[in-house]
Amino acid sequence: MAVFRTTLKAAALLAGLLSAGPALAAGPTVPLPDVRFSFDGIFGTYDRAAAQRGFQVYKETCAACHAMRQLSYRNLREIGLSEAEVRAIAATVMVMDGPNDEGQMFERPARPSDRFRSPFPNEQAARAANNGAYPPDLSVITKAREGGARYIYALLTGYTDPPEGVELMEGMYYNAYFPGHQIAMAPPLNEGQIEFHDGTQATVEQMARDLTTFLAWAAEPELEQRKRMGVRVLIFLTILGGLTYAVKRRVWSDLH
Amino acid sequence: MATGPHTSEFKNPVVRWIDARLPVFTLMQKEYGTFPTPRNFNYFWNFGALAMVTLVIMIATGIFLSMHYTPHVHYAFDSVERIMRDVNYGWLLRYVHMNGASMFFIVVFIHIWRGLYYGSYKAPRELLWMLGVVIFLLMMATAFMGYVLPWGQMSFWGATVITNLFSAIPLIGPDIVVWLWGGFSVDNPTLNRFFSLHYLLPFVIVGVVFLHIAALHVTGSNNPLGIDPKGPQDTIPFHPYYTIKDSVGLVVYFMVFAVLVFFMPNYLGHPDNYIPANPLVTPPHIVPEWYFLPFYAILRAVPDKLGGVVLMFASIGVLFVLPWLDTSPVRSMRFRPVARIFLLLWTVSFFVLMWVGAKPAEGIYITIARLATAYYFLYFLVILPLLGRLERPLPLPESIALPVLRGGGPLPAGAMSKPMEKA
Ligand code: HEC
Ligand code: HEM
Repeated sequence: MAVFRTTLKAAALLAGLLSAGPALAAGPTVPLPDVRFSFDGIFGTYDRAAAQRGFQVYKETCAACHAMRQLSYRNLREIGLSEAEVRAIAATVMVMDGPNDEGQMFERPARPSDRFRSPFPNEQAARAANNGAYPPDLSVITKAREGGARYIYALLTGYTDPPEGVELMEGMYYNAYFPGHQIAMAPPLNEGQIEFHDGTQATVEQMARDLTTFLAWAAEPELEQRKRMGVRVLIFLTILGGLTYAVKRRVWSDLH
Repeated sequence: MATGPHTSEFKNPVVRWIDARLPVFTLMQKEYGTFPTPRNFNYFWNFGALAMVTLVIMIATGIFLSMHYTPHVHYAFDSVERIMRDVNYGWLLRYVHMNGASMFFIVVFIHIWRGLYYGSYKAPRELLWMLGVVIFLLMMATAFMGYVLPWGQMSFWGATVITNLFSAIPLIGPDIVVWLWGGFSVDNPTLNRFFSLHYLLPFVIVGVVFLHIAALHVTGSNNPLGIDPKGPQDTIPFHPYYTIKDSVGLVVYFMVFAVLVFFMPNYLGHPDNYIPANPLVTPPHIVPEWYFLPFYAILRAVPDKLGGVVLMFASIGVLFVLPWLDTSPVRSMRFRPVARIFLLLWTVSFFVLMWVGAKPAEGIYITIARLATAYYFLYFLVILPLLGRLERPLPLPESIALPVLRGGGPLPAGAMSKPMEKA
């Protein structure tokens, strides 16, 4: 009886949750391709090699337009780059520092503790360089779009010719997954544009998948720790729940 | 010298010394130890304790978040991201706080529904119920202002839409809005005061919760049968019986909470709130947090702005007068076969409103929202007052102990009950 009621209550809680969640999702217009990632599921982790390749694509392609200002170079240690590699990567970038003792601002090579350098000083400059369109900061992009990582992958692989009868506006490109289908970003990925350090073939799908892994890590660097802790917490609570319920039965047994 | 003005029963000399001068131990013993509680609670009676635990969790996580959060339009978004990345277990603090708000509303919705089903709002618990509605209002204000703090797109535009509602007030409306904003749009002064109030209101809630509990301990708890305890055989001491039963509920509650926090922390949120606020870019759909959707749907169901605002506030205001709208002397819906159906329909209308509140206000959705809104009010304003007179309730059991001791099954109708007991 009591067990039955508990189940009922849990069901009520869940029903409340589940009915609320989807209610929020106005939903993307086109169903997303069913891709799987290493970080899916309750035991998911980031594929380090993929994330490193993804960073390489970001650095060599996307960084020309998109900032990632929540990240520092030192964070790259988390996807498996060595201290020396991170130093070397940072050192290729010049950042503004100062004022020095003479009150002057000056440029110096970046250190691991510096934030990723942004390609534009402000939104206006970014728009001016992109026909008025704004390339968003990519630090938390997988959390900032309906569909998450799956949407980002779909977007990057979703460029096609416009269907019959669709007139593209000046400077716009057709993308199957972008809301409204007309996007101001030219297809950023082209077969073979990157020479991966590890020799992986740079197909569009490969680059998109690697980039998505990298961007998902950038948005949720705590994901592995979070899921690991979650599994442990749930195991602990299950045991505690069993014990508590047993004690409850004992305490109540003298009443019936 | 163990005797003071108050004669303490405690053996431990330190406890006894304090208790004689300030009888807090006697108080705790009386209110949470031996407190006579109906013996027939079901698990719906867990939710008050769950709400209290959640309030404590919100305050604890909130205080630690505030140590790292910066209430400034240029830094708020980044400071929250910094909490997520650079503060030790900051992601845990923030996800617990963020999902804790949702859990708080789930718990309180169930807690309120329990009151509706078992008639806990009826005499002599009217004031207890009204204090609960005050807590609910304060929670909504707190959560609304909290949601503004991370300064994402939904923070900004939600704040803009909701504060703008006050402009519907005739004559002084526009001035009130400027006063609320501290300027001519939602901007830094607004963010600053929202942070201040968001920190303050939970402590006001603690105060009202205290009154809520004080009132409860005067009238005693209601129970699933809705009849008053007739004697000691109907009650049991709160401890250990209900402390342990609440603990069972608490662990189950933590499991649901943990699934949200650790495996789907952003499921109940809106992705747009991870886009920094931009006053120049309006999101295509501005939707409030899920727990506001039913009330948002009522707001938009009315074509007139002022009318919508009035109706939205009325949807909660009506709860204040509910004890006088429901004219039936029978508390528990177990014995009100007709009213029970109407209450279940009301529950459906509430979920329909929640669903339609997230849809664009156009076409068929408007019609659905209007029908559900109409029924929401019809239940309180027409159905309940009439049913008290028209409905013939089932016979009430003689006492709590009888059916419980017989195994809790349904009573043979009429066998040992008198019809229409004045509960
Ligand atoms: C030449 C500049 C440029 C480059 C290089 C570039 N982008 Fe973009 N990107 C833009 C612009 C401009 C937009 C805004 C498009 C719009 O709003 O129509 C954009 C938008 C986006 C969006 C947001 C789409 C949405 O749903 O709003 C994502 C994600 C994105 N880019 C990813 C990338 C990735 C990944 C790369 C690297 C492979 C990249 N971009 C390379 C200019 C660029
Ligand atoms: C009634 C209890 C409370 C409720 C319902 C509540 C609700 C919320 C909500 C919904 C958010 C937005 C979460 C997000 O999307 O990021 C938030 C943020 C915040 N709250 Fe609370 N809160 C409560 C108590 C408190 C208290 C007592 C404090 C401080 C002592 C506090 C401090 C903060 C801070 C600093 C933030 C911004 C950080 C963030 O957005 O994660 N809260 N709150």
